Amino acid sequence: MSLGIDEPAATGSEPERPTVIGGSTRFVPGQSNDRITIVNGKVQLGQRLIDLWRNRDLLILLTRTELKVKYKESVLGYAWSMLNPALVLGIYYAVFKIIARTQQPYFAIWLFCGLLAWNLFNNSAMGSTTVVVGKAGIIKKVAFPRELLAMSTVGVAMVLFTIQLVVLVVFLVAFQVTPAWSYLPLLPLALLALIVFTSAVSIFLSAVNVYLRDTQHLTEVLLMAWFWGTPIVYTWGQISQIVSTHPSIAWIKYLYLCNPVTPVVMTFQRAIYGKTSYIATKNNPGQAVTHVLPNWGVGQYAGLLGIVLVVGIGLFLLALIVFGRLEGNFAEEL
Amino acid sequence: MTTAIEVRGISKQFKLYAEKQTSLKERVIKGGKMPYTPFWALKDINVDINQGETFGILGRNGCGKSTLLKCIAGILKPTDGEIRVRGSLAAMLELGAGFQPDLSGRDNIFLNGSLLGLSHAEIEKRYDDIVAFAELEEFIDNQVKFYSSGMYVRLGFAVAVNVEPDVLLVDEVLAVGDASFQRKCLDHVKRFQREGRTIVVVSHATDVIRQNCSRAMVMNHGRVITVDDPGESIRVFLADLLGVGTLEGSESGGIVGNVLAIGSVHAEHGGSGERLHLYPRESLTITADVDSLANVPNGMATIAIHDDKNELVFASDPDDPSYAVDIPKGGGIVRFHFPEVPLLDGTYSVSVGVRSATDTAIFDWKDQVTKFEVANPKRTTGRVDLPLDVTFRLRSANATGEVPAVGAEFSPLSLPGWEESTA
Repeated sequence: MSLGIDEPAATGSEPERPTVIGGSTRFVPGQSNDRITIVNGKVQLGQRLIDLWRNRDLLILLTRTELKVKYKESVLGYAWSMLNPALVLGIYYAVFKIIARTQQPYFAIWLFCGLLAWNLFNNSAMGSTTVVVGKAGIIKKVAFPRELLAMSTVGVAMVLFTIQLVVLVVFLVAFQVTPAWSYLPLLPLALLALIVFTSAVSIFLSAVNVYLRDTQHLTEVLLMAWFWGTPIVYTWGQISQIVSTHPSIAWIKYLYLCNPVTPVVMTFQRAIYGKTSYIATKNNPGQAVTHVLPNWGVGQYAGLLGIVLVVGIGLFLLALIVFGRLEGNFAEEL
Repeated sequence: MTTAIEVRGISKQFKLYAEKQTSLKERVIKGGKMPYTPFWALKDINVDINQGETFGILGRNGCGKSTLLKCIAGILKPTDGEIRVRGSLAAMLELGAGFQPDLSGRDNIFLNGSLLGLSHAEIEKRYDDIVAFAELEEFIDNQVKFYSSGMYVRLGFAVAVNVEPDVLLVDEVLAVGDASFQRKCLDHVKRFQREGRTIVVVSHATDVIRQNCSRAMVMNHGRVITVDDPGESIRVFLADLLGVGTLEGSESGGIVGNVLAIGSVHAEHGGSGERLHLYPRESLTITADVDSLANVPNGMATIAIHDDKNELVFASDPDDPSYAVDIPKGGGIVRFHFPEVPLLDGTYSVSVGVRSATDTAIFDWKDQVTKFEVANPKRTTGRVDLPLDVTFRLRSANATGEVPAVGAEFSPLSLPGWEESTA
């Protein structure tokens, strides 16, 4: 059957090259790209991971887009990203230092260390619930690894993390607080473990919220509980002390360590805040020592972080499988 | 020949909820289960699309053609079956899908290109071509929300075609834009064809399919009706669309059993003489021999006439009860009589069928079994011999009362006042 075009058929050898309007790679039948893409109802984990890696440029771009759109046409721009954490920090500082009269020195730094790690997790998890639903237009019309949308919220949170980290360093210099140098090398490991775990949670939440819109509200409430279940505002030492006086509730300590965010937060506190105990000066006739962090060595912290990382990787793969199963009907559910 | 796309037993089920309940409370109340009606948008689709082929998919709205395209593109996942695509693939389901209105044209080129699977380096290499093709050099740093809809679509198209995929899926997007833009789109489609790329076009514009495709598939109710030359497919599609013998793939449709068969079919004109053609407005009688092995209650004879380009000229009303008749065992002769055939020159083919007047069953359908030719002795041209009266009432004859002689040049400009301005 005629192709309806006046030129010779496509398969014929044709010396005349068409005018090149765009692109430089020319397609040669049977020679060019022989990669075979298979579409079926199954979830191929390996293929998903490969696709994620192939599309890493897209992840960066989606993150950048998200940031650009977020602060476009606002006068203060990125300053807004600092305002929320600054306010939270200020309020907790005021409440605990001035009203509850905590004796802990450099309490602001202590708070900042914990909040820094927590904000990364919190911002990603919160953002991820709505990211797939909010991008319905793209999802219905373009095929790409949609997990990247959830991961882009982690990317955004990481950018904000970096800004906050810079502010924290400024604080450290200003208050002349010395970090625990030997524990600093743990920070990249802690950050990696946190990112993997956060990605897993974000990918899971983003997919579930498509089908169950309650997820976004539920997440909000759960994150609040999670926050107070992590030793950020108070200290690990306070928990240990309560547990030691009431041995019947010793299991709480293990429950705390089951929270993957806790070891990460504690590593940040150990490395940056740098102290494990202090001697309160006021109202403290016996010069009693207050412990804020356990006397663990670098190895113990590393071990805990290693467990978090392994668990995180497991959850990440699981989240990809869940996402893959739910993704098949995104285009119709949205 | 290598296959570019293998579609193997693809089925896609949608769940139709009476009212969508997405909140937890409602789920708990319903005990976790929500009542739904399963709806098979696609049912066991099998088709091979060859490399270098331009493949059309025709069908009415809701026949599943877009769902199939989305499955091939990987946007939807099939419930069952497998699709294998060789080489890189780009889908143009909507131009400018994923544009962020708040970002500049430049940012959107990178975003859209990435979504279509290009790496940052590849987009950078093609960036200038894309901008030039979209003709947006001066506006590229403006936010896309300030673009006109034409600029928006041009940018979307420029990105999509510059992805240079091995397989391009197009969903009726060629129907957007002004005439010159459509030209540009078609030029691109032709260039892709010359380069041996595979194109799959979904459309209900039959002329787009006819002009561009090497093969076409007709779908209805999520099933494949036919895969054939575009001309033949378009004929089936139009017959389907216009209801001549409902060619549904469902259990009730299709040719049923061997109860009834149409034998020889003859065309005869009502004019005198031995000529084989008829003149416009002469009568035409088509007779068909119908052989029936059993009593067929409520049978209905249908007829369709196509021109030499396979466009449907006429199809009989499938719902007219006066055509229905109980066909006895043994059958009979059906006579279709057109008292007047107001057609001009051309060769026309006749298709004849017998179907059930009460449901969609078709007992027999003879496709283009006979032909007749119309020869027009006059100098009227075109397809249809429209009745025409021409009267010319001259606007008041000029002052002297003279009527311009036949053949004299008549100028509508010879109005009062005109002479003065030309003088």
